[in-house]
Order: sequence, then C-alpha cells, then structure tokens
Amino acid sequence: MFRIARREQFSPVTFLWELSAPDIAKASRPGQFVIVRTREGGERIPLTIADFDEEKGTITCVIQAVGRASNEMMEMEEGDEILDLLGPLGVPSHIEKKGGKVVLVGGGLGVAPVYPQLREYKKKGNYTISIVGFRNKDLIFWDDRFKEYSDEFRVATDDGSFGTKGFVTTVLKDVLEEYDDISEVVAIGPMIMMKACSELTKQYKVKTIVSLNTIMVDGIGMCGSCRVTVGGKIRFACADGPDFDAHEVDWDELMARQNRFKGEECKAQECYEDECRLKGKTEEGS
Amino acid sequence: MDKKKRTPCPEQPPEERIKNFDDVVIGYTPEMAQTEAQRCLQCKNPPCVKGCPVGINIPGFIRALREGELEESYTILTEQNPIPAVCGRVCPQESQCEAKCVLGIKGEPVSIGKLERYVGNWAVRNDVCVREEVEGLDPPKKVAIVGSGPAGLACAQDLALAGVDVTVFEALHTFGGVLKYGIPAFRLPKDIIDAELGKIRKLGVKFVADRAIGRIYTIPQLMEEKGFDAVFVGTGAGFPKFLKIPGENLNGVMSANEFLTRVNLMNPPGVDACFTPIGMGKKVAVIGAGNVAMDCVRTARRLCAERSMIVYRRAREQSPARVEEVHHAEQEGVEFHWLSGPLEILGENGWVKGLRLQKMKLGEPDDSGRRRPVPVPDTEYTLDVDTVIIAVGTDTNPIIGQTTPGLELNRWGYIVVDENQMTSVEGVFAGGDIVTGSATVIEAMGAGKKAARGILRFLGVDADVPLVCDVEI
Repeated sequence: MFRIARREQFSPVTFLWELSAPDIAKASRPGQFVIVRTREGGERIPLTIADFDEEKGTITCVIQAVGRASNEMMEMEEGDEILDLLGPLGVPSHIEKKGGKVVLVGGGLGVAPVYPQLREYKKKGNYTISIVGFRNKDLIFWDDRFKEYSDEFRVATDDGSFGTKGFVTTVLKDVLEEYDDISEVVAIGPMIMMKACSELTKQYKVKTIVSLNTIMVDGIGMCGSCRVTVGGKIRFACADGPDFDAHEVDWDELMARQNRFKGEECKAQECYEDECRLKGKTEEGS
Repeated sequence: MDKKKRTPCPEQPPEERIKNFDDVVIGYTPEMAQTEAQRCLQCKNPPCVKGCPVGINIPGFIRALREGELEESYTILTEQNPIPAVCGRVCPQESQCEAKCVLGIKGEPVSIGKLERYVGNWAVRNDVCVREEVEGLDPPKKVAIVGSGPAGLACAQDLALAGVDVTVFEALHTFGGVLKYGIPAFRLPKDIIDAELGKIRKLGVKFVADRAIGRIYTIPQLMEEKGFDAVFVGTGAGFPKFLKIPGENLNGVMSANEFLTRVNLMNPPGVDACFTPIGMGKKVAVIGAGNVAMDCVRTARRLCAERSMIVYRRAREQSPARVEEVHHAEQEGVEFHWLSGPLEILGENGWVKGLRLQKMKLGEPDDSGRRRPVPVPDTEYTLDVDTVIIAVGTDTNPIIGQTTPGLELNRWGYIVVDENQMTSVEGVFAGGDIVTGSATVIEAMGAGKKAARGILRFLGVDADVPLVCDVEI
C-alpha cells in the first residue's frame, strides 16, 4: 500500500498527489512514469512523474479526472492508501549540456511532467526557456517552480487572461523566430498540442522531444497496447520511450489509436458485463 | 473395461462451457482416478520419467495414489514440481511423459496429466503443504528471484527447501506471471494458482509485487545494496511480435498478450467492478495456431464473439498447439482458416474492417523441418472481421539487458547462460523463456530447478537437492 502524503486540488478536474514511496523516489529520473492501481479490480493508470524527492521519500503526480478510474482517484483523500504503485518506468530522458538554448513546453496537464526535465536541464547548465499554456489564468500552477529554473518564463492562455493570448505554439513560434541558437525543444501535453509543436519546430529544423503517454496496460513491454510508429518502426512507449523524436512520430496514427476505447467499443464491454459475467468456480468432482 | 483405453475424464459440454470461464475439464472422481491409476504398469525403468522436463517420479506418485496414500502421492509429486495442480492442467503430456508410456505402444498411455491434476487438486482442497518452513542456513544466504512465473517459482521452491532466504520480485500487481496474465481461467483457474503460490509462501518464500527490476532496482543494486548473494532472472517472454503487414496499428488490432492481459489480469473471475476495457468486437480473427492463439480464440468465444476464427498460414498438422486445445476449440465452434496467409488488415476511419488473406499450399520443408507454406496465385480473399489478435510469439524484453552491465545476450537478445544457468555476470542466473525463447511452463520450471542447483553450488551450500534427469522428448 502507498499513502497519499499530500493532496492539492488545482482546478475542478485537476489535482496533485504526493505519494510516499521512498524506493521509487530514489530511483526516479526525469521523463519516467509510474503506474497506479487504487483498488482491487481497478485500472492500471500510467502517470508521468512530475516531481520526486529522495529525502522526503515521495513522488508527485498531477492528475486530470477524465474517466472512471481518475474520478475515483480524485475522490480519495490525503492519508488514504492506494493498492499498487509500480515505477519508475520508461527510459529516463537524455539530458545534457547543449550548445544552445533549450525550450521546455508544457500544455495543460503536461506542465507538471515537463518540470523535472526543466530542473535537470538547468542543473546541467543550460539556458532554459519555459513555455506553459493554460485555458485561463485561474488554472495556472507551479509558476513559481518554473521561474526558479527558467532563464525565461512565458505563459500562454487561451483567453488571454494572463500572458500571451493563444496556445503554447503561438509563444513557441515567437521564440523560434527570436533565437537562432535553440538546440532542443521538449514538448509535453495533450497529443494535439505535441503534434502542433512538432509541426512547427520541423519548419525550423529544431530537434524536438515529446513524451508519449499512450494507452498502456502492464507498462513493462509485455502487451504492446502502447505501440506507436516512430521512424517507420513499431516502438513501445512504455519500454522504448516514453520520450521520442517528435519529427519521427506518426501523429495521425497515434491520435487515432488514442480513441481506441471511446464509442462503439462500449458495446463489447456491455456484452462482457451483462452476458458474460465471469462466474465463480465449479466444484471439482475429484 | 478395455485395459488398452484410458479412463475418460469428464468435461463441461461445449455448449455450456462457452458461457462461462470455469475449468473445461471437470476432472476424475476418486473411483475414476483409481481405475486409471491401476492401468500403470509400474515399470522398473520407467520411460515416462525421462519424458518429464523436471523428472517427476511418475510411477511413484501413481503407486501412492492407488494405495490411497494421497498425501504421500502429493509429496512425491512436489519433490520435483511445486505446482502439480497447475502442470496437471497445462503440460503437453501427450508429447512428454505420456508419449513415453509403454501402454501407448499398443493402446492408450496412462492419463498421467489427469492423475497429476487429481492429486494436485486434492492437496489444494485439503490445504496440504509441500513441507513446513525449513530452518535457515547459518550463515544465512539471500537470493532474489526476478519474476514470479513458472521458472521463478520452481527456483524459489528448491532454494527455500535448502534453507535459502528467498524473495520473489514481480512487476505486475499479482503473482504467477504467465500463469495469471496469460493462461485463461477455463484452462487454469486463478484460485488454483493462488493456492499453489500459498504453498510456496509457507516454505518462507517472500513475494513482493509492483517491482520492475532493472527500473526500481537494477540487478547490481540488488546484490550490492540490498544484500542478495545471488539473483535468478526468470522474466519470461517479452515484447509481442507483430507481422509487419499493413494495418497492424489500426484500432481493433491487439497482440495476444494485450488481449489476454486485459481479460485475465484486469478482469479476473470473481472480482467485481473491473473497469479495464477489453476492446474486442464481434468478429474476431486470431492469427497464429499455437496454444496462445487457442487461448485467445476460445476467450473470444466466451466473450460472445459472433465469429471466432483461427487464421494460420500452415496446415492443421503443423499447428504448434496441443492436440487437446485444437480439439476443444473445434468443439466450441471456433472456425479454422488453415493454409491462409495474412496479407493486410483493412481499415476504415482508423478501425479494422477486414482481413485480407491468401491461400497457401505446402511446399518443401524449411529450416524448422516443417513444410513451407507457399502462396497460391490468385487466391486472395477477405474475411469480414472487426478485431484481429496477433498470436505469433514474442521478441525479447530489453529492460534487464540494458540495465545490467556485462550481461551477455545472444543475437536475438536472449540471456546467455552456462551449464549451471549462470549468466556472464557472476552470481546472476537465468532460466525460462528469457533464455530459450517461448517454451512451455514445465520447461521453464526445469530451467528454474537447474538454476537452483547452480545457485546452491555457487553459494557453497551442501544441500540434498534432487537431480533433474535429462529429458528425451
């Protein structure tokens, strides 16, 4: 069992968990993720590690309540325990001192997982430019944390209530225009945002890394649910990633795959639940 | 009764069993078990034992069974095999022990598997244990087992019996490895696995879930920081293979591992409020014809698929599945498309709409000795399907290799071991599918047992561990 050491509500649908898990905190590196399962019968939910603190023995995740499992998670309170926490998983991000500037882009919930990468890039001595995007200024979080490790910190809001009006790509385009010494862009957020960033940086020929939180089950390379075509080859986000070269990703296929469990498949599920309810055991005659 | 014939073993009728996930085989009654046990000739030099990858004293356990000494029978079984109720169900006895049975020359061999299952079940139901916890070694020895599948369990039991302090690390949230996530409950009920695990636990073996070794702790860390004197890697088969045909990433295409994991691990029988979607449609084609393919297609049948189909580019005789599995699948109304090579998965708006196939015929034998399937021109046709499950085996999982400096892998990524199952890293042993590639439960157990002996030798422990005979299959 793993205890929710601290909980913070960011918005009506987003919240933070700080989980007590000393061994995971010690082993975690930027770019990695965990899989949580709150209760017996619960789904296995992959969450990118947004922070880890070896001294406190905790890891932090920022979660959006979108489905049944994440809504159940939002109802849990500080001090409650979750049944399973597996991690860290995935290959750590490759972070080193670059020749030029590094741009870290976080959109919505992706703001949290880009933070440990920002911190590590800064610690390695890079000039860092952070771009974070939210729908409006009430949803902004961790701006203080970002400022601490950013040489430049820029905000975009959809409605213009703070920073630049528009999307992260609006600001990213400005930055790409402004500087010609950008070595790398790291973009984390919704698929559509990462795809848009990728298309933009491709025009400027700036290497771009994205973190793909695809649909997973085991998280250790066993099932292939998370597969994505990168550079024409099937790769597994859980074990080969989650970081990939954005310009090599087949975004259209990936975005179609993210809809796998929406809509019509519910019918199969209803069938399963209604007619095929797995029964108890029969007595063996022997 | 004709002595040449084996005692039939009751099964659920096909029309009943496709509505549930209960054991297909009902199993012998005590009377049936007696009758079948009486058929054993009690050979002085029993060939059946040579067909068993872990060298079970088969005439011994059958003799005890027919004398009514079930506890003794169980003890004899577990000297070589910690999980008889599992192996009695999933071993391919027809190509191992039973293939060697003398009775098989002129009639039907003894139903060794069904008898093993009978004794294993008896022990599960009566909560009979292998042995009580064994006194620890002085000085103590600690061994970490990576993976709680068949190889790890067999290794764990033998080490524990020798007094070693054993900890099994499992990456998933539940124990048993492929026995749990892979093999469906209608072939191997989950409570049987848990009961068998409980017996190994009673020997003092510790089981720790949610630990992906190579990520949370590397193997060198287990040895240097966590105080383990040796490590056994039994991580099993790895990345699912795909066919490299167009359309494989359409929605509705899954690996066998994904399908089985979604059903067996995430929606286990008897657990309420499981919300993990399975993602299966109504018209299901399973590509491949091994045991895993049969497990998938029969699972699809039970999940109310209107059509459950096997698609295989070779002929039925070349199917690597157990005869019993193909037979059961046929009884359950599975359609077979033998000699049908997949060309392309057709899609519409990102979803599977059909499977394009080409008829094949058998040509000259290939490297595997099987006749090579050759395409027949102008025989392309399309199957109307909405779900395609790919069950054509696995490649290696790279995590342990990438995080263990100095660990030698072969060109396919499998771990290289010596005659004691020790890898190129001193004190690190390996066995099962991660060494040999996909094999059977019992072969993995044989490797686990062999590794246990190697580990004991490495640790300098003088233990009376039963030898495993060399298998001649």
